[in-house]
Amino acid sequence: MRTFRLGGVHPEENKISTNAKIEVFPLPKQAVVFLSQHLGAPAVPVVAKGDSVKTGQLIAKAEAFVCANIHSPVTGTVNKIDSMKDIFGFSKTAIVIDVAETEEWVETVDTTPDIKRDITLSQKEIVDKIKEMGIVGLGGATFPTHIKYMIPEGKKAEYLLINAAECEPYLTSDHRVILDHTEEVLIGISILRKALGVPKAYIGIENNKPEPIARLQEMAKQFEGIEVVPLKVKYPQGAEKQLIYSITRRSVPSGKLPIDVGCVVNNIGTAFSVYEAVQKNKPLIETIMTVTGKSLGQQQHNYVVRIGTPFSDLANAIGGIPENTCKIISGGTMMGKAIVNPDGPITKGVSSMLFISEKEAYRHEEQDCIRCGKCVKACPMGLEPYLFSSLINNGKYKEAADNHLMDCMECGCCLFSCPAHKPLTDEIRLAKTKLRQMQQKK
Amino acid sequence: MKLLNVSGSPHVHSGESVKRIMWDVNIALIPMLLTAILFFGFDALFVCLVSVVSCILFQWLIEKFLLKTPTSISDGSAIVTGLLLAFNLPSNLPLWIVIIGALVAIGIGKMSFGGLGKNPFNPALVGRVFLLISFPVQMTTWPTPKGICNIFAGSTPDAVIGATPLAAFKEAVKSGATNFDLPSFADAFLGHMGGSLGEISALAIIIGGIYLLCRRVISWHIPVSFIGTAFVFGAILWLVNPQMYMDPVHVILSGGIMLGAVFMATDMVTSPMSKWGQVVFGIGCGLLTIIIRNWGSYPEGVSFAILLMNACVPLINKGFKPKRFAK
Repeated sequence: MRTFRLGGVHPEENKISTNAKIEVFPLPKQAVVFLSQHLGAPAVPVVAKGDSVKTGQLIAKAEAFVCANIHSPVTGTVNKIDSMKDIFGFSKTAIVIDVAETEEWVETVDTTPDIKRDITLSQKEIVDKIKEMGIVGLGGATFPTHIKYMIPEGKKAEYLLINAAECEPYLTSDHRVILDHTEEVLIGISILRKALGVPKAYIGIENNKPEPIARLQEMAKQFEGIEVVPLKVKYPQGAEKQLIYSITRRSVPSGKLPIDVGCVVNNIGTAFSVYEAVQKNKPLIETIMTVTGKSLGQQQHNYVVRIGTPFSDLANAIGGIPENTCKIISGGTMMGKAIVNPDGPITKGVSSMLFISEKEAYRHEEQDCIRCGKCVKACPMGLEPYLFSSLINNGKYKEAADNHLMDCMECGCCLFSCPAHKPLTDEIRLAKTKLRQMQQKK
Repeated sequence: MKLLNVSGSPHVHSGESVKRIMWDVNIALIPMLLTAILFFGFDALFVCLVSVVSCILFQWLIEKFLLKTPTSISDGSAIVTGLLLAFNLPSNLPLWIVIIGALVAIGIGKMSFGGLGKNPFNPALVGRVFLLISFPVQMTTWPTPKGICNIFAGSTPDAVIGATPLAAFKEAVKSGATNFDLPSFADAFLGHMGGSLGEISALAIIIGGIYLLCRRVISWHIPVSFIGTAFVFGAILWLVNPQMYMDPVHVILSGGIMLGAVFMATDMVTSPMSKWGQVVFGIGCGLLTIIIRNWGSYPEGVSFAILLMNACVPLINKGFKPKRFAK
């Protein structure tokens, strides 16, 4: 079974919502659409207060290079363009839309349930379409997808890798999208393969998903150049560099991009969005979310939710936030972020709302490091978290950077495995921010 | 509304703890405790009890009255130190000497540096070496168990005073004898020979070591490189001159090599972090042990070898970094 070589851990998988089919979540009363819901510069609004908008209409345009278009997720009137709080408590500019009673889509969007199989667009047209429809990576980083397909001069793409590892505990949105939209996903991958001009696409998927693997393998036979690669269940299998290594045995050097070793990686959820964008003209206005947690009992759900819907709507749909909830997490338990403001809206790339109890999230008191080396063994980047911790606590940021602190991707394996319960990932995260600030000052 | 916790990721933990690790080591030491009682009778149990109780007591006293910090004895590390110290002592050692050993091990070896995790040297070995230098006579008078059959027949083992195979060998070589009276391989493997409490039975040590490997408290790097180096180096010397040097199988089965390699050198606090660092550390321990045994004034060199290599750990950690991704 293929896997990456260095480090890794095996947290409890807790994929308890795998059997919940994707349901359509009702529209919100008001949609809050941030101008910045992707990596890079914020988009520039093209609507004003009082304008009425249709579902799928462009409301903010990408002006900068690293940026993505934003479309209205609902039909209604623009209430205001103002600073709003996101789920993490930060204020950002948003277009607030009061939702009308009847939904009206932009005419160009094909809203029929028919599967459109023929890929008629050319390589360039596909990339333009992806850009136009505001597609961003749905694996978590929300990097505008079209940029990955504008290969810089001197570089050559050889492999298209589709990330369906879903190595984070609890998350099942990728699992479900494969089962509920197998063919669409594979068409999406074929579109991406055409856009990249490579003969083969590989789908990397962890071996704890036998049903999706079987379904993909069965249906991939009808498609040209798509291979399903089952991977060992090991976190962080879905981290970009680790996935590339697992599938191609190529290592992306420190500070380099996948394209430097001839790879382009996209999430399987992104492939589905690409299908919808290219074949159905549908912009990215929805996201597939897992609503899960042990305290929810039978209330496990996978929803397709419009961007701009408040998180609290999801909580209300499952009967309110469970009594024993200690944290609400957007993402999985290893790299997800704890939500500060549950009234904040869903943005592109959000993949879950996860309720964690006091018992599960309990952090023991920190003890002295016993130099057991478990953090070193766990680190998938081959770094020395224990050393960072002591350097950072002594203010030696420069020395920490010399020991390749910036290679850390904050996967959390070190903190997860530390028997002394040292907040290693937290310390490293702070030091990385500090170092970035120091660099900007220069 | 109830307030939500918003600390950073990861939000779950493996459940590993310092306490679990220390208790795993204690569990792994049980087979050796049993063989010690089997071969040396209740003397062995008393040495262990006194050592463990004094280690716990000294740690508690130092934390309460000197450091004025909350006590940490429940983490089980004082018991590990106490047991390992006892396993490095002869069973007939006067108990007051055991208490002094415990004081040095915990007081100087561990707490003076700031407690668990901060000590550069293995505390139990600090205690043992202090006793070896201070009480050379008592520390090198070993009871030999008379016969394993007697034990199974129910009678107490009738221990006699004798030298360890290593000491006897060294004496024999010095006096020019060529006929060495070494224990059979089976005796050496099962532990039917003279020596400190915990070092005699390779079998018990291997059982404990496998437990630690399975529980991932230790990795194979240090034990294998330590024992392997001692075996190879010993074999080379023996091939060169079998009249002067012991055969390699006896080299690794007698004395403290097995105990040292599996339980003392692998102490996480005082051993290197990276795999290659651990291999280098193990090789160093093996080489130094054989050098001290053959050309030093002591018949046994495991304790000194490990302590010397403990001192090199910061350097090894700097020189042998873990392999980075894509490097």
